[in-house]
Amino acid sequence: MHDSTVVAARGLRHHFADMEQQRASATLGMWVFLITEIMFFGGLFAAYLVYRTTHFEAWAIGSAHMDFWIGTINTVILLCSSLLVALSVHAIQVGQNRLCAIYLWIASAMGVAFLVLKGIEYHAHYVEGAVPGSLWRLQVADSRTVQMFFYIYFVMTGLHALHVTIGIGLLAVIGGYAAKGRYSPTYHNPVHVSGLYWHFVDVVWIFLYPLLYLIPHPKA
Amino acid sequence: MATVTVPAVERENYLNTDFTVKSWLLTTDHKRIAILYLLSITAMFFVGGIAATLIRIELLTPAGDLMSSDTYNKMFSIHGIIMVFFFLIPSIPAVLGNFLVPMMIGAKDLAFPKINLASWYFYITGAGLLMYVILTGGVDTGWTFYVPYSSTYSNSNVITAIAGIFLAGFSSIFTGFNFIVTIHRMRAPGLTWGRLPLFIWSHYATSVIMVLGTPVVAIALSLVALERAFHMGIFDPRLGGDPLLFQHMFWFYSHPAVYIMILPSMAVISEVVSTFSRKRIFGYMAVALASISIAVFGFLVWAHHMFVAGMSAYAALVFSLLSYFVAVPSAIKVFNWTATMYKGSVSLNTPMLYAMGFIGLFTMGGMTGLYLSALGIDVQVHHTYFVIAHFHYIMVGGAVMGYLAGIHYWWPKISGRMYPEAWGKIAAGTIFIGFNLTFFPQFVLGYLGMPRRYHSYPPEYQVLNVMSTAGASILAVGYVLPLAYLLWSLRYGEVAPDNPWAATGLEWRTPSPPPTENFPETPIVTWEAYDYSTVREEPVAR
Amino acid sequence: MAEHVVSRKTYLVVWVALMALMILTAGLSRINLGEWSTAIAMAIAVIKALLVILFFMHVRYEDQKITWVVVVAGFFWLGILLALTMTDYVTRGYLGVAGH
Repeated sequence: MHDSTVVAARGLRHHFADMEQQRASATLGMWVFLITEIMFFGGLFAAYLVYRTTHFEAWAIGSAHMDFWIGTINTVILLCSSLLVALSVHAIQVGQNRLCAIYLWIASAMGVAFLVLKGIEYHAHYVEGAVPGSLWRLQVADSRTVQMFFYIYFVMTGLHALHVTIGIGLLAVIGGYAAKGRYSPTYHNPVHVSGLYWHFVDVVWIFLYPLLYLIPHPKA
Repeated sequence: MATVTVPAVERENYLNTDFTVKSWLLTTDHKRIAILYLLSITAMFFVGGIAATLIRIELLTPAGDLMSSDTYNKMFSIHGIIMVFFFLIPSIPAVLGNFLVPMMIGAKDLAFPKINLASWYFYITGAGLLMYVILTGGVDTGWTFYVPYSSTYSNSNVITAIAGIFLAGFSSIFTGFNFIVTIHRMRAPGLTWGRLPLFIWSHYATSVIMVLGTPVVAIALSLVALERAFHMGIFDPRLGGDPLLFQHMFWFYSHPAVYIMILPSMAVISEVVSTFSRKRIFGYMAVALASISIAVFGFLVWAHHMFVAGMSAYAALVFSLLSYFVAVPSAIKVFNWTATMYKGSVSLNTPMLYAMGFIGLFTMGGMTGLYLSALGIDVQVHHTYFVIAHFHYIMVGGAVMGYLAGIHYWWPKISGRMYPEAWGKIAAGTIFIGFNLTFFPQFVLGYLGMPRRYHSYPPEYQVLNVMSTAGASILAVGYVLPLAYLLWSLRYGEVAPDNPWAATGLEWRTPSPPPTENFPETPIVTWEAYDYSTVREEPVAR
Repeated sequence: MAEHVVSRKTYLVVWVALMALMILTAGLSRINLGEWSTAIAMAIAVIKALLVILFFMHVRYEDQKITWVVVVAGFFWLGILLALTMTDYVTRGYLGVAGH
């Protein structure tokens, strides 16, 4: 049934019995990788949760110094880019290679826009003196703990930005291969799993946004 | 192609298909990758062993005379880091798991062969970084990297050591997720979950832990490295940070990590006990589900490492209770292996001797773990040699003996040669005696109050320490013996048949050593696991 | 077991829902909701995440049930990390034992 005399479909690796097994393995593999990412970010969420619980006021003060509009616009950017990535998968499923590539490239460009805004935001923090450590100049109550908030903010968004950067490259490269006709309705696992990665990056931001930018101000 | 005629036609197998260095370093064949791992982890085992030797020599005398306390700190740190992250965690999964998982399920390779190769490269790069650390002054934080010492006060190579461990962690994650996808998606037709060898169940459970736990220690150690680099962080009490938060994040992985280290060993024991009792494992489903339970429950107990660190006493009670529960599935396995041997046709080959040693020593280690889970006892023996003896009984008496059992059991399949049985038995006996002489006195030492990680001690502890070091020297001989005779067997060992042990399992239905693609045609499985009526061969007389 | 093709219309509807929820959460953050602020913000985030996971990431249409198990397991394990770590911080001082 599964021996080597079966003519392999284009893109089928030799150790898989058929395309379906390969597709199912690729999808499951990417999901298992994504849960390692959930746990990787999870450690930071644990640290965030502990200190938010034990030092709520400092957390609220820190959040009040976030740039609400950059955070919100960045959220919009990522949500729209996720739509485009989902549409790119649809495009390749119906054989529209070129459209798939275009969607992926626009999504990749939106990732760049996200990073640009993030860079502007980081610069503003630096100018304001909100970088923890020797550069700290913010005059706030409980300054030491607010520094911890900003530290966690920089590490969480920095790690997220690193993942966005990888995603930008990934979508651009996969888009390039799609444009060259490497994928088809029967074989497009790389498009699918790259999409999963990008959506995951979006999901992380969906949580980072309210946790970092939208902490309610403590009642006076 | 060779132009010289050889006396016997050597069949093409995964070893002789290509002898170039490139074919090895760029291989995607899971069997070759297993061999690459075998060589690297053996090397790392001896590096960690040298550190242990120096520790034991220092501890021969009460005075700290062989090395300064700073150097001693570095010695036990390197010993722990190398042995945990670069030997125990990869050992069985990366060597025996990589070799056998595809074969046991009737597949041609793992789901992601290139990622498998990448995992080895991550491993050796990480190992290379640790070698660099050793050569440039070492690291002195202990393998546990507690803050604020590691993040603020240590003057050693903390960041490089963390980078090496981070890479080893990636290697582990890649191995784990490869196994999970392979076991789910690439089983041969007819091979239902209920027919899988227990080796597969255990490796599946191990992979779940690798995938869910490793990222948390990765982020914990990354935060330490960042805090060290930027002199700013979230564990610093001066800023309102809590050093215990690091310990929570560290142990969230490092406790389940001990199950990563023992489950694969248990996997080997299940196979060996069944084959050398020539009997189906007693309570197959119980053992299979016990593996999964260990993986799940193992994540719920980590704070038992922190009972005296300043955590909430109330939470400590909760974790203490949970720690008692986690012992139950391990006990189920021990009972079931013993019940398998009862009225079985037991043959005392070398792998079986190691397996029997495992069952006894693991039980002792496990029981002492229960003592440590009791809050009252832990307050007394935490950070003493009692803890060291406990985990060495499990890790060395358990995990390493399981590893040696597996290496000997599958050696014929891997190399095509039989190891010399007499020497195998001698080594097993030497290791057993050496091990007990090394570590049993340490239970007593710990109970009597000798703290761990100290290079000098009051003179009344000397006798037991001398016994321990004497045992270590015997243990060292025991470890060198297999290295010697296994290498010898590659050239001079008896040529192995396909199934020397008359074992069940798909891997025994291939030639020894197997061809690159494992099975010319995918097997179709219609029999239950450990069904000896399906085995045509007789065991080779040894 | 062919791959399910999700319609573009479904994606667009999900996207509209995501944008609406985003506007909602941003808007609500400006109002003082007292104790409920955090719970509501997190609930909205969870719904948004579920929309992305179930629809954009195809989990709703996935034939392999193991994918569901993997996704649930990932978040459940995160839950274990958060919840059990918090048991320490929330119960410090409960038993009146010095230093704990």
